[in-house]
Amino acid sequence: MKVVVCVKQIPDPADPGALDPESKTLVRDAKLILDESDSYGVEMALQLVDAAGEGEVHLVSMAPNNETAGLRTALAMGAASATLISDEALKGSDALGTAKVLAAAIARQEPDLVLAATESSDGYTGTVPEQVAALMDLPSVTFAKSVAVDGGAAKVQRQTEAGYDEVECPLPAMVSVTAGVVEPRYPSFKGIMAAKSKPVDELDLGGLGIDAGSVGWAGAGQEIVSIAEAPAREAGEVIEDEGDAYERIVSFLDDLKVL
Amino acid sequence: MGIDKIWIFGEANGDAVASITLEMLAAARELADTIEVFMAGDGDDYAEELGEHGAETVYSTGDLDGGLQGAAVAAAVANAIAEGDVDAPDAFLLGTTQDGRDVAARLSVKLDTGVITNCVALEADGDELIGSEPVFGGVTDVRTKNTSGKPGIFLIRPKSFEADGVGGAEADTEDLDVPELGAVGAAKVTNSHVEESDGPKLDEAAIVVSGGRGLGEADAFSLVDELASAVGGAAGASRAIVDAGWVPYSMQVGQTGKVVKPTVYIAAGISGATQHLVGMKGSKNIIAINKDPEAPIFAVADLGIVGDVHKVMPALIEALKSR
Ligand SMILES: Cc1cc2nc3c(=O)[nH]c(=O)nc-3n(C[C@H](O)[C@H](O)[C@H](O)COP(=O)(O)OP(=O)(O)OC[C@H]3O[C@@H](n4cnc5c(N)ncnc54)[C@H](O)[C@@H]3O)c2cc1C
Ligand SMILES: Nc1ncnc2c1ncn2[C@@H]1O[C@H](COP(=O)(O)O)[C@@H](O)[C@H]1O
Repeated sequence: MKVVVCVKQIPDPADPGALDPESKTLVRDAKLILDESDSYGVEMALQLVDAAGEGEVHLVSMAPNNETAGLRTALAMGAASATLISDEALKGSDALGTAKVLAAAIARQEPDLVLAATESSDGYTGTVPEQVAALMDLPSVTFAKSVAVDGGAAKVQRQTEAGYDEVECPLPAMVSVTAGVVEPRYPSFKGIMAAKSKPVDELDLGGLGIDAGSVGWAGAGQEIVSIAEAPAREAGEVIEDEGDAYERIVSFLDDLKVL
Repeated sequence: MGIDKIWIFGEANGDAVASITLEMLAAARELADTIEVFMAGDGDDYAEELGEHGAETVYSTGDLDGGLQGAAVAAAVANAIAEGDVDAPDAFLLGTTQDGRDVAARLSVKLDTGVITNCVALEADGDELIGSEPVFGGVTDVRTKNTSGKPGIFLIRPKSFEADGVGGAEADTEDLDVPELGAVGAAKVTNSHVEESDGPKLDEAAIVVSGGRGLGEADAFSLVDELASAVGGAAGASRAIVDAGWVPYSMQVGQTGKVVKPTVYIAAGISGATQHLVGMKGSKNIIAINKDPEAPIFAVADLGIVGDVHKVMPALIEALKSR
């Protein structure tokens, strides 16, 4: 079974950079890391291949400047190989542009199953996986909190507002997973060493056969018209509990007449 | 100039139209002359309520036989537009919900136009819409305009607008035919599970009590349940304890969970990460209990208690119960 996992490489959330009001792009200088949201997809893929008894996990990532630091983390967890797409013309890509690039790269792998995270930590549009599925004419199940593969079909528990649905979907398919679906493993020292020599196929738009006009700023079809500070919520009173703070809460609720 | 027609993706909870749909209707009434709803299922069941909130027409696909909504609804809309059965709207509004996101994403590929996501406000600029998205946990607003020359697709966060009936007449109903989907329509729901507890619904309750990792262990969540029932409210949770399996996802408050705007929100043992804040910052009053005086939750709290949840909560529950 071949599983492709979409992995986004993002600036460390502890140091998120800032939006430049002039160029309206995110200014990020630091090295990129593997989006934690995608570590669940990587772990899920490794477990599914394990359970199937055969197959391999391939990673696909689109990132600026041929960045591989986040990919190496996922390779160290156990993925076999990766495709990295980098191109100056991809700057400013929206979710659809990103999805076009990812779909083209994934299609070359002819996977049985494609995994992604329900939403990324920095972009959180939550639309990329479903757009990739649509571009590849694949069925899809989003918001998976559990995934099993059985007889050529994925069995997924899909989160809903009220609980969850059991969904069955024939392969090939796209499944987007939520955090908590599995516990991601820490790369072992051996894994980290092995990751250094695993193959990463680096491509640009030409290599994928994608027209630069359909992606990046050119293809986005949307324009940021302003970036401004939002009105802040004022902090109120903060008190130390001396054993009677509960009384303060009760009188606060009484004043609001909500009890 | 101006926006003539907006289409809203309709969702339902059983017999009732979902709140997010009514909220978007209220927003659209301020922006466009004609508002129409498109949805899965049988539009006749909801035509009265949707009409009351200002929808003129409801287009619906009928029963999808267990099929997920994303592929089916998007294909039906794209097909109806391509066949000339309907006039394309100037913009589509969908809720940031599981199915809303799926439909928006599939539709964006069908129409080859991007999605403007996470909007909490909308405004008209000539005949285009601008959506505002809070980023960095709400400290910055980014306004994005559709410039594609095609109908814009906007994903709207729940609780961004106030639902409000205007006494409109029952909406007309029209069929939205789902074309042959082939493989993309193959995902089927075989069973549904409801995990919601009794009492008021999390996103409707006047008081919400949420617990986080600071409770220490799964069993301590009973403190949250007891306090919620003592004040007649609903219990919620941070993602940390949903991921840890202490409570089901349906209780999660935040960016990937529910958005709540109660009269009072009580956060117990929750640090106040940006992704949690976006789900509850709109609450009218916020009370936080946290043992760390530096916890970011205190920056948004009207009343902050620096203390141990295991001391403050039992005393509070006791005091409320004995009244
Ligand atoms: C893409 C993405 C989406 C996310 N979506 C969500 C979301 O929808 N909702 C959400 O909640 N999070 C979400 N998160 C996770 C979020 O970043 C935080 O990790 C999470 O909210 C932390 O939960 P917590 O506050 O319970 O735990 P912690 O951050 O661990 O905080 C526990 C707090 O409890 C306090 N504490 C400890 N012991 C006690 C005690 N005895 N008494 C009182 N206080 C005590 C500590 O001081 C601390 O402040 C998301 C993250 C990502 C990357
Ligand atoms: N540039 C990218 N490279 C690889 N995968 C991506 C990229 N952008 C988004 N994805 C995938 O799509 C998921 C959802 O992203 P988003 O729609 O931006 O919230 C991510 O968690 C990844 O799995």
